[in-house]
Amino acid sequence: MSILVNNDTRLIVQGLTGREGSFHAAQMLDYGTNIVAGVTPGKGGQEHLGVPIFNTVKEAKEATDANASIIYVPARFAGDAILEATAAGLDLVVCITEGIPVLDMITVKAFVDQHPTRLIGPNCPGLTSPGQAKVGIIPANIHIPGPVGVVSRSGTLTYEAVFALTQRGIGQSTVVGIGGDPIIGTKFIDVLELFEKDPDTKAVVMIGEIGGTDEEIAAEYIKNHMTKPVVGFIAGRTAPPGKRMGHAGAIISGGKGTAAEKIKALEAAGVPVANFPEEIAELIAERL
Amino acid sequence: MKLHEYQAKRIFAKYGVPIPEGDVATTPEEARAIAERIGGPVVVKAQVLVGGRGKAGGVKLAKTPEEAEEKAREILGMDIKGLTVKKVLIDPAADIQDEIYLGMIIDRARQRVVMMASSEGGVDIEEVAATKPEAIKKVFIDPFLGMRGYQAVEIASGIGLDASQFRQFGKIATGLYNAFVASDAELAEINPLVVQGDGSLLAVDGKMVLDDNGLIRHPDLAAMRDLDEENPAETAAREAGLSYIKLDGEIGCMVNGAGLAMATMDIVKHYGGEPANFLDIGGGANATKVAAALRIILGDPNVKAVLVNIFGGITRCDEVAKGLLQAIEEVQPDVPFVIRLVGTNEEEGRALLAEANFPTARTLAEAAQMAVAAARGELK
Repeated sequence: MSILVNNDTRLIVQGLTGREGSFHAAQMLDYGTNIVAGVTPGKGGQEHLGVPIFNTVKEAKEATDANASIIYVPARFAGDAILEATAAGLDLVVCITEGIPVLDMITVKAFVDQHPTRLIGPNCPGLTSPGQAKVGIIPANIHIPGPVGVVSRSGTLTYEAVFALTQRGIGQSTVVGIGGDPIIGTKFIDVLELFEKDPDTKAVVMIGEIGGTDEEIAAEYIKNHMTKPVVGFIAGRTAPPGKRMGHAGAIISGGKGTAAEKIKALEAAGVPVANFPEEIAELIAERL
Repeated sequence: MKLHEYQAKRIFAKYGVPIPEGDVATTPEEARAIAERIGGPVVVKAQVLVGGRGKAGGVKLAKTPEEAEEKAREILGMDIKGLTVKKVLIDPAADIQDEIYLGMIIDRARQRVVMMASSEGGVDIEEVAATKPEAIKKVFIDPFLGMRGYQAVEIASGIGLDASQFRQFGKIATGLYNAFVASDAELAEINPLVVQGDGSLLAVDGKMVLDDNGLIRHPDLAAMRDLDEENPAETAAREAGLSYIKLDGEIGCMVNGAGLAMATMDIVKHYGGEPANFLDIGGGANATKVAAALRIILGDPNVKAVLVNIFGGITRCDEVAKGLLQAIEEVQPDVPFVIRLVGTNEEEGRALLAEANFPTARTLAEAAQMAVAAARGELK
């Protein structure tokens, strides 16, 4: 089994006809993801990669019974795309787009919170349930199906951890990139709860980084609610304060959000923290 | 993007926040002319994008225009935490009875803009938060409703303002919120907001940090960027679409992805080296981008070795290797390289690099140790 995406995922790609959307949709189709529609305003009625295109998410959902969407539209329009997918009543909306202004995201998130829709991202690599569905940009060939759930704020760092697991023959139930922005739809604790409930996930990898307090909140949750082993990793031990380390959310501000604080919180919750990505797989192997 | 005090205050003023009627000077003579126009005592304030100007001697009182000229001469050209003062703000000296802190940031846990105020103005808010957290009053602002009147009264009353000041405080608080939203800010601060002898309020100091992601819709604000205050390598990186932050170590790092870039810096340190920089080349890693990144890394004279760490996902490692070799050929670096490629087609990628006699590593741990040895001249 898996969480969030599986064989029943019926996916809309918002921005399917664009350069990024087109490239990654082809990869997702190759993987066997069930893409039922694309949305590009003004291109309704056309077909792209064998997928029918609609002008709106609402029309696409009505015609295809889609239950999820993935967004590859430029930052200026991405907030609107999330609102549209949420208003159309999809269960899951995944936003890959990087660079959405944070005040836009505050408004968008407040709207999403008033609806049953779950948002993943923005500024995330999406999610993959190996052998079932790939929704996003995580390279397909690094996965094998198996018992480890992975949740991460990063992209390539996640691939690195997954690859290390796969090289040891340890497969993954679902790999979820929640995104590197300050305001995101789904946080660590939301995904940890889903992994805890998923009968086929036996252990969890949580990859955090400097900035904010979500790792500390997750540590508290793990201590009080999780029975499955969790292994942690925190990037940015050497990051200087006050500098944004690539991700909009990766910044130590006002002395808060340091790697040291996060590692301390995780260790206090009984979560071993790897020193470097390859060590994550070792720590997981010891706990399976 | 940080704004200077004078820029922030001018934006606040547009939204109804009262500020002193000062002006900016780049020469002592200009400072004197402004002081003459103002009449009476003035404050000469260094405009640099770092905190602690006052303690560094960058803020001085002047009683006469002659004195303003003299103080401006002292402050202009001064080095404050590595930045040279090129502008001073000449403001009329305020009649200070009391000082308030008023600020606004994005609260990530609550996912709201939060307005904070404290009667302990003039001090760093983080210091107040650490020593006297109960002195800070907060309200969280609903994005659909905006800053509401009752919230301003809650704060004004909470920090002990006189009832006669509630209305003016409300106007300032609302103005600050409107300036924040209209500018796509991530921080806006008035510290201190001064209570003057006649009871009126005046924003004597201002600070604003803008969301870089919002600048695309504010060309007027983007044009306010002060390139003199930015590390030139960071400017070059920004223009090349790279994310680069200079650090003090000796091992240059080139990595794809921000999280992996941080993890690479961390492992260099773990094995006894010091990273010279954070650098995320982003997706793709084509030769042009790699060459730009290499030039920036090698422009730092402290760099004694370069560690390249690329996870080839959708981009294949052999393509990355070709891009790297082409860029290295073009830039002709004179320091040792350690290259680690992992992911799709990694064997082919490593073979290409081995042919060209570049040391390659299989694991990140191995790569970091090799880079540390290379920087010490100990790599065989």
